[in-house]
Amino acid sequence: MSTPKILVLGGGTGGTLIANLLAKKLQDRAEITLVSALSRHLYQPGWLYVPFGWQDPRTLSRSLRSLLNKRVNLEIGKVVALHPETQSVTLEGDQTLNYDYLVLATGSRVTPEDVPGLVEGGHHFYTEEAAWKLHAALEEFQGGKIVVGVGGLPHKCPVAPLEFTFLLDEYLTRRGIRANTEITYTYPINRVFSIESVAAIAEPLLAERGIKAETFFNLESVDPQKKIAYSLEGTELPYDLLVMVPPHRGAKFLEGSPVADAQGWVYTDRTTLQVRDYPNIYALGDTTNLPISKAGSTAHFEAPVIAERITAAIEERNPDSKHATYDGHVMCFLETGHNKASLLDFTYERPPQPAAPSTLVHFEKIAFNKAYWYLVPTGVV
Amino acid sequence: MTTVPITQEIDARGSFCPGPLMELIRTIKSAQVGDVLAVLSSDPGSAKDIPAWVAKANHELVGLEEVEGGATRFIVRKTH
Repeated sequence: MSTPKILVLGGGTGGTLIANLLAKKLQDRAEITLVSALSRHLYQPGWLYVPFGWQDPRTLSRSLRSLLNKRVNLEIGKVVALHPETQSVTLEGDQTLNYDYLVLATGSRVTPEDVPGLVEGGHHFYTEEAAWKLHAALEEFQGGKIVVGVGGLPHKCPVAPLEFTFLLDEYLTRRGIRANTEITYTYPINRVFSIESVAAIAEPLLAERGIKAETFFNLESVDPQKKIAYSLEGTELPYDLLVMVPPHRGAKFLEGSPVADAQGWVYTDRTTLQVRDYPNIYALGDTTNLPISKAGSTAHFEAPVIAERITAAIEERNPDSKHATYDGHVMCFLETGHNKASLLDFTYERPPQPAAPSTLVHFEKIAFNKAYWYLVPTGVV
Repeated sequence: MTTVPITQEIDARGSFCPGPLMELIRTIKSAQVGDVLAVLSSDPGSAKDIPAWVAKANHELVGLEEVEGGATRFIVRKTH
């Protein structure tokens, strides 16, 4: 039998980790190739701090090659089509790659163009470029109305807009312009966060900092000239500075493909992480259509399941029960500003029970942000 | 069973809050005024969230009906 070919699409947290785990488990018993559009691995959670000038974005990326096991082949290229029937993918330039097993880890992308006026009228911090631009806008800001919110669900790092709002309050306070700034936080459903237990700790924190919450606000359009954000529900919010998490979609080549819905989210089994109708294709992280957080930690906890299932299939055995299925485990920090944070830890069955924000957890988050490179993509933890 | 003709049905069973509500919002955005949409949800949270959103957004909740397997069908008319 020839050596099985494993193709991993995507060089983010999920793709990098899974390629490394497979290389460790299978050694030379499989040919592993990772395809990434970028030669750099990005640590996206760090972009949260860039708008405030508290993080240099140049420290938030590293050479992808340097993070990969030497047995993993790296192909830099953009995937333009997936052909599950012939077990192949096409890259830009018409290069074709075949696979026996495929892992989809292409993540999500922001599509501010889905909301009329948002590209011209709004800021965000979901790309390095946008985070820099927002930094410049905030430096010029001297007071007025700031509207911060969520312009579409689902989006990656679900707590980031809340964290941004708390850090914004701290930033404006430090600059001495908080008193002449009105902050409004918007969210699409009728509480400030999708998970009730998190909304329950966030709502009083927003209130005590004088931040107005506008719920049931589904961004419909933005008028960049009049500086007004309009919701589907008929609410109009005038602003001097608008920070809206843009709508997200899956990778372009997945939109409407046989494995994904119209937005490009891949139909994924919630426990085996196998793609519907294609048992040799797996998906993880932001890529899936699962109703859980789109976050690096989701991919981190999913990767061992996929690595074990592919290894077991190659070795013609049942998956080891320890990593046979994914239970929906996600863990993320929630920065609440003024050097405090809380930790959210949950599964499909167990909602988070966040403790009161503390300085200790804030410094754990800072430490984790620095240690990420050594611990996560390499599979040390 | 309702007698109102349904333009489009969204099956959001098995997705959790705010999934069914967000599916409704996403569909209503691209629907025509006067269209009647039905959302099937098995999430108990929808019983509160969906009628509350329909009221806030000034659409019309035509009816609710229980369907087999513990799910609810929410029928909503897009009014503007």
